[in-house]
Amino acid sequence: MCLAIPAKLIESPDPETGRVLVEVVGVRRHIDTGLLQDDPPLIGDWVLVHVGFAMSKISEEQALDQLRTLSLLGEDTAAREEVENYGFAEPVIVPASSPPRANDESEAPV
Amino acid sequence: MKFVDEFREAGVINKAAEEIRRLAHPERQYRFMEVCGGHTHSIYRFGLRDLLPANIELIHGPGCPVCVLPMGRIDDGLSMARDPNVIFTAFGDMMRVPGTQGSPLEHKARGMDVRIVYSPSDALKLAQKNPDRHVMFFAIGFETTAPSTALVLMRAKSLGLENFSVFCNHVTIIPAIRAILDSPDMRIDAFVGPGHVSTVIGCRPYEWIAQQHAKPIVVSGFEPVDILQSIVMLLRQMNSGETKVENQYTRVVPWQGNPAALKVMAEVFELRPYFEWRGMGFISQSALKMKASYAQWDAEQRFSVPGVRVTDPKAAQCGEVLKGALKPAQCKLFGNECTPEHPIGALMVSSEGSCAAYYNYEHRKSVLTNIAEPVGVPA
Repeated sequence: MCLAIPAKLIESPDPETGRVLVEVVGVRRHIDTGLLQDDPPLIGDWVLVHVGFAMSKISEEQALDQLRTLSLLGEDTAAREEVENYGFAEPVIVPASSPPRANDESEAPV
Repeated sequence: MKFVDEFREAGVINKAAEEIRRLAHPERQYRFMEVCGGHTHSIYRFGLRDLLPANIELIHGPGCPVCVLPMGRIDDGLSMARDPNVIFTAFGDMMRVPGTQGSPLEHKARGMDVRIVYSPSDALKLAQKNPDRHVMFFAIGFETTAPSTALVLMRAKSLGLENFSVFCNHVTIIPAIRAILDSPDMRIDAFVGPGHVSTVIGCRPYEWIAQQHAKPIVVSGFEPVDILQSIVMLLRQMNSGETKVENQYTRVVPWQGNPAALKVMAEVFELRPYFEWRGMGFISQSALKMKASYAQWDAEQRFSVPGVRVTDPKAAQCGEVLKGALKPAQCKLFGNECTPEHPIGALMVSSEGSCAAYYNYEHRKSVLTNIAEPVGVPA
């Protein structure tokens, strides 16, 4: 609940509902961007997600830092479980062999 | 050592630790409160106390929403779900929190329809899928989760969804800090301010702490280097005689917060006159309730709520630990009767509770001492 989970938008939010498909920790899920209506994120942007809602826009570098923090705190599994269980839409399965990558693969946090 | 590779910024950590040692006057004591449970978790996880001089004490604040929720509110929420038509929904963090008759998970084992949701939106969706049942969402959290609950309630209203309600236990961080500062036995010198709460409320709401109480506060991130840098910033303020709000976590926290989230909260919620915090007693205007215009979705309006008040087991000293008067291991129950597997006090339930964090990492030598020079004698 208190985890802030970074997610990357892989489409632009639905202007009506604020729903958008994101990718994080190897999982694709819909989240809600309704709390960023003043400055809506666009495809390719990173956001910090709390309980299924994007709360702030962040840079890719910040997102990777936050993913690393989650991993160091031992919370990455909990983060994945949380994201996997958002019921906004049926899961979109991403093959385990293709998790999201940082530019430098050796520094990929997950 | 596994962690050496992970701490790419070991050099920065060393520098921050050196700077802390340089700035801290050896003849005085420093008592810094980290407000947020996420910081508490990080401090124990990384053994940051071992990097600090012995005269800097970190006190764990009230920023764990599961920990500060009185047991009576859990009983109240579960009592509503005794109606077999009700589906009780809550975040996973709540599931093992003990009420007087057991936790929500134990109630589930006895046949109650208890379901974990990962977002308040999921509870709303469950209500849409089950029009013949009533879905009650047990809402907890500070300003990080309250806007999401508010937005879901606005959607329930616009949908005219009749079989959905929220048992609102959202609390706000500022009155809790005020209560701590007003407490006569409190001697906090400065605050490490919460990171993610501040993405919503921004930094301005903390200004009174610096202005009226002359206490420095630095809004901080959660990595080891964030917390150490925040301590450096606090020490610099104290040494210069300045007291102000500073933002160490600028990469995530905008000074003005998230105006859209604040607007949504203002639409749905208003302040309760008072609310009980576990270990801290009643604090005025410290929690949110739903406005009259949302009464139809307010579980406290729709159901008969017993309004149970439950005192903690006498032997448990959660209150003293929560206020920093006792360290977790000084509680009589710590580690024997009260453990993360069998929590008696709420501070042992959540991984962000100071007792659970202390229990899980107490015996761990600091992972950082392998890469950073030890500083002083561990507290």
